[in-house]
Amino acid sequence: MVTIDDFASPVRPTWCTGCGNFAIWNAVKRALAQVGLAPHEVMLVSGIGCGSKLPDYTHANGYMTLHGRTVPVATGVRLANHGLRVLCTHGDGDAYAEGLGHMLHAARRNIGLVDIIQDNRIYGLTKGQYSPTSDRGRVSKTSPWGAFELPVNPIALALAAGATFVARSWSGDLNHLTATIVRALGHRGYALIDVFQPCVTFNRQNSYDFYRPRVYNLQDDPDYDVTDKMAAFARALEWGDRIPIGVFYQVEDRSAYEEQVPTLKAGPLAPRPLEKLRPEQIQRLLEEFL
Amino acid sequence: MQTVDDLIIRIGGEAGMGLESSGVGFAQALVRGGLHVFGLPDYHSRIRGGHNFFSVRIARRPLYSHTEPVHLLLALDPETVRRHIGAVVPGGAVVYDEKDGLPDIPRRTDVGYFSIPLAKLAEEAGGSAIMRNTLVFAVAAGLIGFDPTYIESVARDNFARKGPAVVDANLRVIQAGVEASRPFQADFPFRMEAVPGAPRRLLLNGNQAFAMGALAGGCRFVSGYPMTPGSPVLEWMAAHAAEYGVVTLQVEDEIAALCMAIGAGYAGVRAMAPTSGGGFSLMVEALGLAGMTEVPVVVYEAQRPGPSTGLATRTEQGDLLFVLHASQGEFPRIILAPGTVEQAFEAGWRAFNFAERYQCPVIVLSDHYLATSVRDVVPEDLNFDAVVIDRGELLTEADLDRLEGEYRRHAFTESGISPRAIPGHPKAVYASSSDEHDEYGHIYEDAENRRRMQEKRMRKLETARSEMRPPTAYGAADPDLTFIAWGSTYGPMREAVDRLNGQGVRARMLHFTDIWPVPQDVEKLLVGETIAVENNYSGQFADLLRMATGHTVSRRILKWDGRPLSPEYITHHVSRVT
Repeated sequence: MVTIDDFASPVRPTWCTGCGNFAIWNAVKRALAQVGLAPHEVMLVSGIGCGSKLPDYTHANGYMTLHGRTVPVATGVRLANHGLRVLCTHGDGDAYAEGLGHMLHAARRNIGLVDIIQDNRIYGLTKGQYSPTSDRGRVSKTSPWGAFELPVNPIALALAAGATFVARSWSGDLNHLTATIVRALGHRGYALIDVFQPCVTFNRQNSYDFYRPRVYNLQDDPDYDVTDKMAAFARALEWGDRIPIGVFYQVEDRSAYEEQVPTLKAGPLAPRPLEKLRPEQIQRLLEEFL
Repeated sequence: MQTVDDLIIRIGGEAGMGLESSGVGFAQALVRGGLHVFGLPDYHSRIRGGHNFFSVRIARRPLYSHTEPVHLLLALDPETVRRHIGAVVPGGAVVYDEKDGLPDIPRRTDVGYFSIPLAKLAEEAGGSAIMRNTLVFAVAAGLIGFDPTYIESVARDNFARKGPAVVDANLRVIQAGVEASRPFQADFPFRMEAVPGAPRRLLLNGNQAFAMGALAGGCRFVSGYPMTPGSPVLEWMAAHAAEYGVVTLQVEDEIAALCMAIGAGYAGVRAMAPTSGGGFSLMVEALGLAGMTEVPVVVYEAQRPGPSTGLATRTEQGDLLFVLHASQGEFPRIILAPGTVEQAFEAGWRAFNFAERYQCPVIVLSDHYLATSVRDVVPEDLNFDAVVIDRGELLTEADLDRLEGEYRRHAFTESGISPRAIPGHPKAVYASSSDEHDEYGHIYEDAENRRRMQEKRMRKLETARSEMRPPTAYGAADPDLTFIAWGSTYGPMREAVDRLNGQGVRARMLHFTDIWPVPQDVEKLLVGETIAVENNYSGQFADLLRMATGHTVSRRILKWDGRPLSPEYITHHVSRVT
């Protein structure tokens, strides 16, 4: 049986006390243990940023890559070995600034990744610049007049791009966060989980106290239909005093990308023995040029 | 009538007229007829209009290069005559469409002008005026005395999947073309007849040879974004993916292309990303990720002239120093630059062995000239028997079962190579990082660790150096002139050396395919007068040699007009500089 202790790493986190990343880290480990995935059966892929150090603090296969390139690297891993459950853990700068294009293409590709965005709505590791999810008007070192741009709406974008699983959770509710990751791990295609992650050092506005009275769980409403895309869009646009969390949208009737690749129907690629071409294969290739 | 050593036929017209496809089909027929060919496409970056041409050089001995003169010009529009009439040799001829006429084009008296109603005949015989591309090659076959049944056999094979009606239409068009040539045969002096019973030979270009070599070498993952002239490698792999167990995908950009290939390489699959210089520019950051995290991956970079969009459908060797230095920091990489179809095939499988043995990125530097020009080789020249799949220090399942203690992915070793475990084994759970890291892969900023880790990585380059092949020497053993060539200039340079030796100049070529790390003891070969010959503005390989060996070449013969070097260009400039 897999337990949360199996994921214990000798490396201690460098996150600030109270950082929302602790809850995400714990939720990932709890969710993996709950579904019975051992450290060697998963791959945690991250980019660069405070949150992207998560794989370093976790005993599991991992790869800490480039800023913004988490998703394409993870896609390569998944296609090379879909026997591994691949999770991405990266921040809002990584996912929605440098990597936004990749996120949209991963969604329309429906590649089997659980993409967890540690969305603190600020740049932490580079010390306090505004991020793509910062509110319009946010004053920071690089937006002294207040941000002129509207924030990115990752839920609506993912829905528009054709994502088959779109959810939001937050670091203030470990159980909800864990349950959302568990649910995403059961999804066959691309699963986006945007996680509100309070940054206690650089973002005093979007704190635990900001979110706690505002968030409500979509799944508390028994009539909310996760397969209704228009309803999901409507909730994605809801913002202000009430902010929805939970699963906005989930459909299981679309094949994952890797399920459609002819070569992968025979099973994962990486474990296959690599052999020289057989004489009849060589002959067939040469015939094309005769 | 004279049978010539070399006969060059050039077809010209607008984009959309099917010049290259019919030209390659004709070249295929010539090869089936026992002749040797070298086919060179020249086209614009557009789908319709403009001026394109395809030249096929024909001989009874193996050919390695195109050359500049033309014996028979097949003009599908008057513009072709205007542009190329100057290249036609005395006694040569122009075939043009009667409907076009040759308005306002001064006629040469030493060249034959054969007016044939090409479009009309194609329409009558085949049902479509577009088929005059096939018809005009049948005219050419009639004029040079080449047995048209070889053209018919190619048409049968190429159009079989379109059904018997299409095949028959093509056969009628070929017959009509041969008939139309008869009145002019006595006026065309050059002959190149088929050689019956010659061994079967392949006709292919550098892209195809490289892709086949990569497949033979175990490449099983290809991600790319279309860009001339590299994308045919992705297309070829996609066409063979299901049958040979390859995963191919077209992705959103070249950043994703290389990142995915790196992800696949990390997970244990031989992976590559084919592109051209512009796409490679986007891959630069990811290249460093592969260097830092010691992931095997191959980039195929088919160069075209830059900067920026440059000349999208033309050739240059302008990216050498860029790929050598691309990405921040210092890390080992290996660069191969094949010069022929045979070398492109070899580079295909060698690249993947280097990538896995040294756990680093390998760049195969091709260019438009090598990528798109077609040449015939005997099947044995693509040496599948020599293919080796050497995965280097890759830990087997049994090795991993026996593993004691925590696995160290980036263990310090004498060779710099750390035994590699593919993720998925319970005893080798690790996370590697693009941050500087310790032996386990954990982020670690300690100065002593950094020093040792950087030394470990860079040591791999020294280990690899001993495996790099020395340049191929060709020509005089005791030369007065030593030409230094690399990559695709092999063919033109080789023929220039032959011509110079024929003229009594003792000339020798040193041709490099293994570019970086520079092979050992190269400086011993660089004696006497050395001339760097490169298809770029500055002589980048000459600069690289000076950096690596201290040798300064005596002269440089360079070309940067977007067109390939020819034997004539080289010999002309030798006489100018000596």
